[in-house]
Amino acid sequence: MAKYLLLKHYRGAPAAVNDVPMDQWTPQEVEAHIGYMAAFADRLRDTGEFVAELALLPEGTFVRSDGQGRPPVTDGPFPETKDLIAGWMMIDVDGYERALELAGELSAAPGKGGEPIHEWLELRPVMGSLPTITD
Amino acid sequence: MPYEDELRALTPAVIAVLVRRGADFASAEDAVQEALVEAVRVRPHDPRGWLITVGWRKFLDAARADTARRRREDQVSAEPLAAAGAEADDTLHLYFLCAHPSLSPASAVALTLRAVGGLSTRQIAQAYLVPEATMAQRISRAKKTIAGVRLNQPGDPATVLRVLYLVFNEGYSGEVDLAAEAIRLTRQVTALTKHEEAAGLLALMLLHHARRAARLGADGSLIPLAVQDRSRWDTRMIAEGVDILQAALARDRLGEYQAQAAIAALHADAFTADETDWVQIVEWYDELVRLTGSPIARLNRAVALGFVDGPVAGLAALADLDPALPRHTAAAAYLHERAGDLGVAARLYADAARAATNPAERDHLTREAARVNRAARE
Repeated sequence: MAKYLLLKHYRGAPAAVNDVPMDQWTPQEVEAHIGYMAAFADRLRDTGEFVAELALLPEGTFVRSDGQGRPPVTDGPFPETKDLIAGWMMIDVDGYERALELAGELSAAPGKGGEPIHEWLELRPVMGSLPTITD
Repeated sequence: MPYEDELRALTPAVIAVLVRRGADFASAEDAVQEALVEAVRVRPHDPRGWLITVGWRKFLDAARADTARRRREDQVSAEPLAAAGAEADDTLHLYFLCAHPSLSPASAVALTLRAVGGLSTRQIAQAYLVPEATMAQRISRAKKTIAGVRLNQPGDPATVLRVLYLVFNEGYSGEVDLAAEAIRLTRQVTALTKHEEAAGLLALMLLHHARRAARLGADGSLIPLAVQDRSRWDTRMIAEGVDILQAALARDRLGEYQAQAAIAALHADAFTADETDWVQIVEWYDELVRLTGSPIARLNRAVALGFVDGPVAGLAALADLDPALPRHTAAAAYLHERAGDLGVAARLYADAARAATNPAERDHLTREAARVNRAARE
């Protein structure tokens, strides 16, 4: 019983094996990809391992406080920022091995030419609860 | 016992009666769950009899609605009722079924909480921080997995105890107190099996649960055993845990839960941290290592040894263990601090904070790092 976050990067991850931007795919290839992603999430709902998923807009804003009584300062977007998260899915699985297996499946979503993208996904363990018995 | 808890406590026995009358486990479980929801509203005077009657009716309704089941329904309706004496065994078989080795730990936990704990899917989902639909699927698949398992096969109590240990130790919190629920179920298993390790696990749970009020500060921060306000420990619960443990130990069939409970009992026995009988604790860790070979037990033994032979001896024992073990760095930090190497200790506390797998421990170790760093500068 462990939760993991699967992070999909727009930027910041190493290049995928089948690294062709989505706008250069055929409409059928796009449909196949979207269908694969939806089926993947449905399958996890069916196995009782799905927690949540969200996609993020690419453009974000950096914000910081600027002292009391002053509005927050904003900056960005920074096109040169190395890391950009496209979206995430949280899963609740029996352990690390299963999380790896699922991340591998998700990474194999079809892309250009119907071939698997083999993109790099980031797998991050979620902190758990404090166990009662530690001594 | 509050009325709803009283109802839930009847869950496994009522499911067992329905199964004995010929219902399949999955349908019986669904029917009893529905009957429970109604019973909360109706509040019958004889909840057990009422749950059996209403649960059976709900099972028949469901079977009737399903034309494919009609013939089987006719057949099971004709079967004679169960003999009352067999009910305890049936209840125990339900525990074995829900903890069946073919189930993953997460599935076994979910099914146990529902079919023997009587909790609703919503409550279990909330407790483990997953959507209700996810938990419903997990439970439904678990039922399918064990559909072919015959209920009259004897099971291994160790599998049941393992599941209950998980519920107690790794339960998240929601509206249901999972630790209390684990204690309730372990109490029932202990009564049904008379198994020494069931008693050992029950004692272990009680002895740890007794410290709960002292374990977290008002802000939720972790308070380590050594500095807990021991006047806030639940002495009645400790006394009960010790009694149960002593009765189990007297039967001379030692197991890992009894050994762990013995260590918890020695801590509970000390009025102040300084009065802790660390010599005996090290001996119990030796037993635990002998019984389980667990590297975690070796790690805890090294810390305990640090109190008996001094922190340098503790560090030497720690040096033999894999540094990747959970809490290895935190243990090293603690022993270095006690040895007076404050700079090393502060660095190790900070490293341990980064490796912590839950926020409460991370925050605690971060505070320790800051405290020892300041002490090192003074």
